[in-house]
Amino acid sequence: MRPAVTALSLGLLSCHVCGQLARQPIGGGAVRCPRCNVPLHSRRPRSVSTTWALTLASMLLYLPANLLPIMETSSFLGSQQDTILSGVLFLWRSGSWPLAAVVFFASVMVPLLKVIALLHLLLSVQRRSSHRMLQRARLYRLVEFVGRWSMLDIYVIVILAALVRFQGLATVQAGPAALAFGGVVVLTMLAAMSFDPRLIWDAASARVAEGEEGEHG
Amino acid sequence: MANANGGKAWAADEQEAGREARSDDPHGPSWGGRLIACHECDLLQTAPELDLHQSARCVRCEALLLRNPVDSLERTLALAAAAALLYVLANFNPLVGIEMQGIRVEVTLFGAVQALWGDGMQAVAGLVFATVILFPVLELTMLMALLIQVRLGRRGRAFPLLFRLVRSLRPWGMIEVLLLGMLVSLVKLSHLSSVILGVAFWAIAALIIVLAAAAQSFNPALLWEARGTGARA
Repeated sequence: MRPAVTALSLGLLSCHVCGQLARQPIGGGAVRCPRCNVPLHSRRPRSVSTTWALTLASMLLYLPANLLPIMETSSFLGSQQDTILSGVLFLWRSGSWPLAAVVFFASVMVPLLKVIALLHLLLSVQRRSSHRMLQRARLYRLVEFVGRWSMLDIYVIVILAALVRFQGLATVQAGPAALAFGGVVVLTMLAAMSFDPRLIWDAASARVAEGEEGEHG
Repeated sequence: MANANGGKAWAADEQEAGREARSDDPHGPSWGGRLIACHECDLLQTAPELDLHQSARCVRCEALLLRNPVDSLERTLALAAAAALLYVLANFNPLVGIEMQGIRVEVTLFGAVQALWGDGMQAVAGLVFATVILFPVLELTMLMALLIQVRLGRRGRAFPLLFRLVRSLRPWGMIEVLLLGMLVSLVKLSHLSSVILGVAFWAIAALIIVLAAAAQSFNPALLWEARGTGARA
């Protein structure tokens, strides 16, 4: 296996804005893109620690987001508080199970799977694992793509709360979980953005460089 | 190639200037043979020559590296203008409405944000305002500003900043998620009242299609390469 030639291994920096390659000056130091003048870094600075902090914060918020009521309905029949999960159950019982599945997936499963995926990416990068790198790169792309769809429940509440305001008949209001849930979505999106996927592949260059003589020479 | 702030970088590809001048051939600018680093795994590779509609992925991590859509600049600009028009419709018309016991309630996008604000959920109202009104409007206007500058062949000093902003705003505009959210909430309401889909609802549905088409025809590499496009009739 030949070592992969990366920009980093040749002392080149690629601009994250316009893609221009630039040489790292011999003495090190701050470099700006010769074409678009943005500051260049070979890897996103403090990527792992920032991603850790944002992921942990989103895990904390995940609890109130799911335990507190996200919607408060009051009508002449009495008032009712719904969590995300009881909202899904309501949809399921009223017969719209495809929508129940969509909401369950977007609001409960996606944030959970995103956090698990981010933890997996962080831990494997920190262990310098060179195992299944392509799968992890795909996982990262999936996490980035799917993250925004978790906002679904927020919009559902917003529309319901804006429409159902028949004083005395029925009103719907957003509950405290809406804020926590919005926080989960924003924090997991920021966590995914602060993770530098190039770190996944850096393990390969390191592994090949170390084992070059041992394996085949 | 101005390099301000005393940075010591210089272009790694010395043939850079020569390549840029070639951008007036009928198949769009040529990247073939140029050295590029994958933005997702940092692998250095030689860019292949792309025909129209072709795209190139990284040989190692499969990230999308280059695309060559037909008439990228003109089509993206036209679609962005159409999207702006639809966006005006979406913001100044009722989204959805319900009718219950003879009372009819309709809501606009901004009205929904205001209602949430009035209920004491300012932070959530702010998040919704940003993701479905502010960010999409900013992204669209800045994208048009970029494309018009390239079309005219004159790039202002704010050009790189605009490009960065457009790219970082993109994931935060969530109109398509809003459309799905409206559908879910209407299904929830449909058993206790009749549901009315407003002009803005259809405008947003059309907007999503137009924005997807604009994203398909957009070629970010063109913004940095095509110097001669504006002169070509």
